[in-house]
Amino acid sequence: MRRPGTRVPAPLAIPAALAVAFLVLPLAGLLVRAPWSSVVEQLTAPGVGQALRLSLLSATAATAVSLLLGVPLAWVLARSRIRGRSVLRALVTVPLVLPPVVGGVALFLVLGRQGIVGSWLDATFGITIPFTTAAVVIAQTFVAMPFLVVSVEGALRAADARFEDVAATLGADRWTTFRRVTLPMVAPGVAAGAVLCWARALGEFGATITFAGNFPGTTQTMPTAVYLALQSEPEAAVVLSLVLLAVSLGTLLLLRDRWLGRVVP
Amino acid sequence: MVAVGTLAGCAPSGSEDGTGAGGELSGTLTVFAAASLTDVFTEVGDRLMEGNPSLQVRFTFAGSSALATQIVQGAPADLFASADPQQMAVVTDAGLQAAAPEVFAENVLEIAVPAGNPGGVTGIEDFADPDLVLAVCAAAVPCGAAADRVFEAAGVTAVPDTEEEDVRAGLTKVRLGEVDAALVYASDVRSAGSDVEGIPVPEAEEAVNEYPLCVLDDASNPAAARAFADLVLSDEGRRTLADAGFRPSS
Repeated sequence: MRRPGTRVPAPLAIPAALAVAFLVLPLAGLLVRAPWSSVVEQLTAPGVGQALRLSLLSATAATAVSLLLGVPLAWVLARSRIRGRSVLRALVTVPLVLPPVVGGVALFLVLGRQGIVGSWLDATFGITIPFTTAAVVIAQTFVAMPFLVVSVEGALRAADARFEDVAATLGADRWTTFRRVTLPMVAPGVAAGAVLCWARALGEFGATITFAGNFPGTTQTMPTAVYLALQSEPEAAVVLSLVLLAVSLGTLLLLRDRWLGRVVP
Repeated sequence: MVAVGTLAGCAPSGSEDGTGAGGELSGTLTVFAAASLTDVFTEVGDRLMEGNPSLQVRFTFAGSSALATQIVQGAPADLFASADPQQMAVVTDAGLQAAAPEVFAENVLEIAVPAGNPGGVTGIEDFADPDLVLAVCAAAVPCGAAADRVFEAAGVTAVPDTEEEDVRAGLTKVRLGEVDAALVYASDVRSAGSDVEGIPVPEAEEAVNEYPLCVLDDASNPAAARAFADLVLSDEGRRTLADAGFRPSS
């Protein structure tokens, strides 16, 4: 028996159903086109496991870096009263609109061995970043962190600031208030932002292939492997895409139960 | 309309199919061409429009495999020029050509180094030097397959730092000075101007890359497409190709 309040009204149900169809049908297309008879052969092809492992590791590292730097940035954008805040907010979302390949070139200009910071790193410490696994993480962080920042800032703005005021009147300093009051309050927003960030990092292609290049084992991620497979064996590309999808969906569902499930009321 | 179009080369008719009253070309010509042809084909298109003021030539320049896929999926193109015979075969296997493809140019691999050659690269054997930062194309794309044949012919075990997804991506990294050398096509070296120096590779003769073109069967402007192809294959077209670093087909 349906309770009267749970029925979805038609003006919402119909567009929602269309949205589901629009978003899910391309996936169905991949499933239909997949060469199921040769799946095992494609999956055990050299490099697939390597690329998948690198993708998962680098996306997780990029999410960790984004959390460490992005949550404080979101707090500054939402709570501080520094001047030029709206300009700052626009600036940090630039990677969202920048074509990722351009982002990769921009990273070269800063961190490449001819770059502003990169040439100094090379001359002083002998460190060159491009074409390393670190470059993969940097490229993914550059593209994915804004998703986290925007989500967390939204959560901070929606959270009731009066709890923080109460904490302050009770003698807590701003750092303690952030740790003990603000962060627990916006935890669901942080979690959602981290998931978005991780998913975006996992699918990142343009900035990665430009700044980190493509070499199996060190810089070749799943999206790069898929793109290259598409050049010669479209069927293999379909299988690789499905593997990436299955692993990412599986991870997100697992996290939802284990992690989001607890914090979301 | 398609039937009229096929005969348009000899029968003057309305402007829709590409021939005006005096045999002059009109309408729109849509050319799908490999990215490496951007400069040459733009010039050829300008030449064709100069002689036919009511003709508009439009280009889509992209990787040959992307273009071949788009054509097979029904993209409205009049003429397809591929950077390798395999991607042309994708189109001809689908039976979409109006006539057999014609090879109009050849391209050989060359070593591209940043201006001033900071890595001191002298030849193909430097691709075995682990201290240099080196780019080659991935084996899945045509320039990578050609690179593998060149390395084999030279007896060099290459140790690249990156396997690029297309030849221009490798060239970009040379222009930015982020790699010491990349194996790209001679035409790419030429297109980069003074940012990049080229070092010819004798073994590249083992992997000469042919560029075929064909007029497509459902071309909406077959007369203009044929005229464009003829201009590319003419002496004038060959000179333009040679200036851009291509070798006219033998």
